[in-house]
Amino acid sequence: MNSFATTLVYDGSFNGFLTTVFIAFEEKLHVADIQKEYQAQSGLFSNTETVFTDNSKAERVWNGLKKKNYNTLTSIYFAFLSENEGIEFILYCFIKTMMAQQNFKGIDYGDASALHISQLAKKVGREKHRMEAFVRFQLTKDQIYFANIEPDFNVLPLISKHFKNRYADQEWLIYDTKRKYGIYYDLHKVEMVDLELNEIHFNRTRKSEVFEENEYQYQNLWTNYFNSTNIKSRINKKLHQQHVPKRYWKYLSEKKDAV
Amino acid sequence: MNFERIKEKLNILADAAKYDVSCASSGSNRKNTNKGLGNSTGMGICHSYTEDGRCVSLLKILLTNHCIYDCAYCVTRKSNDVKRAAFKIQEVVDLTINFYRRNYIEGLFLSSGIFKSPDHTMERLVQVAKKLRLEENFNGYIHLKSIPGCSDELMYEAGLYADRLSVNIEVPTISGLKLLAPEKKHEDFTKPMLKVKNELIRYNNERKIIKSTPKYAPAGQSTQMIVGATGETDKDIMYSATYYYKQFHMKRVYYSGYVPVIQDERLPSVTSQVPMLRENRLYQTDWLLRFYGFSITEILDKNHPNLDPDVDPKLSWALRNLHLFPVDINTAEKHMLLRIPGLGVKSAHKIIQARKYRKLNWEHLKKLGVALNRAQYFIRCTAKDQVRKDLPAERIKGLILQNSTGKFRSNFSTQLSLFN
Repeated sequence: MNSFATTLVYDGSFNGFLTTVFIAFEEKLHVADIQKEYQAQSGLFSNTETVFTDNSKAERVWNGLKKKNYNTLTSIYFAFLSENEGIEFILYCFIKTMMAQQNFKGIDYGDASALHISQLAKKVGREKHRMEAFVRFQLTKDQIYFANIEPDFNVLPLISKHFKNRYADQEWLIYDTKRKYGIYYDLHKVEMVDLELNEIHFNRTRKSEVFEENEYQYQNLWTNYFNSTNIKSRINKKLHQQHVPKRYWKYLSEKKDAV
Repeated sequence: MNFERIKEKLNILADAAKYDVSCASSGSNRKNTNKGLGNSTGMGICHSYTEDGRCVSLLKILLTNHCIYDCAYCVTRKSNDVKRAAFKIQEVVDLTINFYRRNYIEGLFLSSGIFKSPDHTMERLVQVAKKLRLEENFNGYIHLKSIPGCSDELMYEAGLYADRLSVNIEVPTISGLKLLAPEKKHEDFTKPMLKVKNELIRYNNERKIIKSTPKYAPAGQSTQMIVGATGETDKDIMYSATYYYKQFHMKRVYYSGYVPVIQDERLPSVTSQVPMLRENRLYQTDWLLRFYGFSITEILDKNHPNLDPDVDPKLSWALRNLHLFPVDINTAEKHMLLRIPGLGVKSAHKIIQARKYRKLNWEHLKKLGVALNRAQYFIRCTAKDQVRKDLPAERIKGLILQNSTGKFRSNFSTQLSLFN
């Protein structure tokens, strides 16, 4: 066995990460760290090895974890999508302890890193739910319902099923302005699309040419509805901001006057 | 579509509908079929929040605010001088669809003032829902208001298209109802509830035999009570809520602090405050009944007809039952964990998971998110722990209030009133 620890470098995808876990187990590596290739830094006392994503290996790890416990699997995936620095290594250690148990008893909330993972997963889950709520489609002249969002975590893969089930009879595109990619539904399937949009369509008071003529009429109706459903004698702006944090306002048509 | 006209109507009819607090869009199981529009399975979604902090999940409007009744608590009462308007059926359908497609809402909450007769009104509401389902292939959430006094046939039809049905009882006591809404009878409210309950039971039984039985109001029924309009006690409210949960299998009972809208000698004056703290305490009690295994007689009885405004109802219960504490975190059963002040359903679950691996100490509990400022007086981690030192209830309450801040604390101070 090599006395040096190994730093594994992968392509940043979830399947890539699972392949890394597979390699580490198979070769019984002493893992020093797991890094994304575009962020990799070599350590002084460790070897670096690049892992090439192999979907069949990834699937074997996925299925192995699924057999242990389905809920934990979701936590692992969600925590991974948090993109937190160093999350891969924490997850790797967690998977190692999990696989070592004969009968897995569920997440050990008394363990600091297990608790950390479950809390991260919770945060990502919350962001997923927020995006399902805060996406505001605007109808373009070519009849595509378009929305741009800027989520704290990489949640597009998590929300695609929700939108596909819901808007089965309309073409839609949700674009992540921070990560520069989107998901597009063409009435049959959802695809990831890489796009470099030269204009971000905030819900500004200034109108854009690309949208349908009636689009702004509906936004106007919605804003009107939003304002008249408010009960002034119960005003509670603190609670309002807690539920709709300011950073999301620029994408919400009902808040465009407040931005 | 004439947008200017629609806008005007929308403002009037949304404004009149906002005192209905129900906003749930969960609990249904209507799947999108044949590539239609919408899907309401599982969790509800709050798409936005108004500046009063309440969620916006459904397009909540009245079909019309013309009304033949003159109920004192209601802003659309006949004798009130407000602008009146009415939507056409197609207008409601178009608004719903266009809002839904833009992901503004989960669906429609349609209520109405009563014009001509209860049946005439209910029939229109049902037509909207029917059109959405059958012509637009809409699978989003639909909540229809049952109009008090309408016929069983219409209630039956309503359930075929709606996800949830509700009648608002509004006034929790029968004497209060006589005072504020003399034209309505208590039975007008309960008759539609009973019909819905019976249909739900019948459909569920049929579904056991024939799997393809169509849906009937899959998200059940709910009701609402106004709080603080007729001088009722918390006990009156919660005992009648319990009655509706049991008798009519309600999914939810909502409590709505009375917002003074009209000057009327039978009601609190227009300058009085909305009883938000009281409303909050009632919801906490409702949660204790539905998720924490409490029964209402433990929390409110004739010696304690009102909830303690200072502290939450669970803490208040625990202070009256100190003989049941301290509870050992490492050995107690779930139902007892749930009764510890400062410890919720999620913390209880985490504790049960974590203690499979190791004995838990105070540090663990803090990290799991238990509110120790309250819980510390009621628990121990090992038999040796002697945190409580047999403090009397009043002293514990004082210590907890001293070391915490409450969101309503500023509107409430019994001490000051001594000097007024």
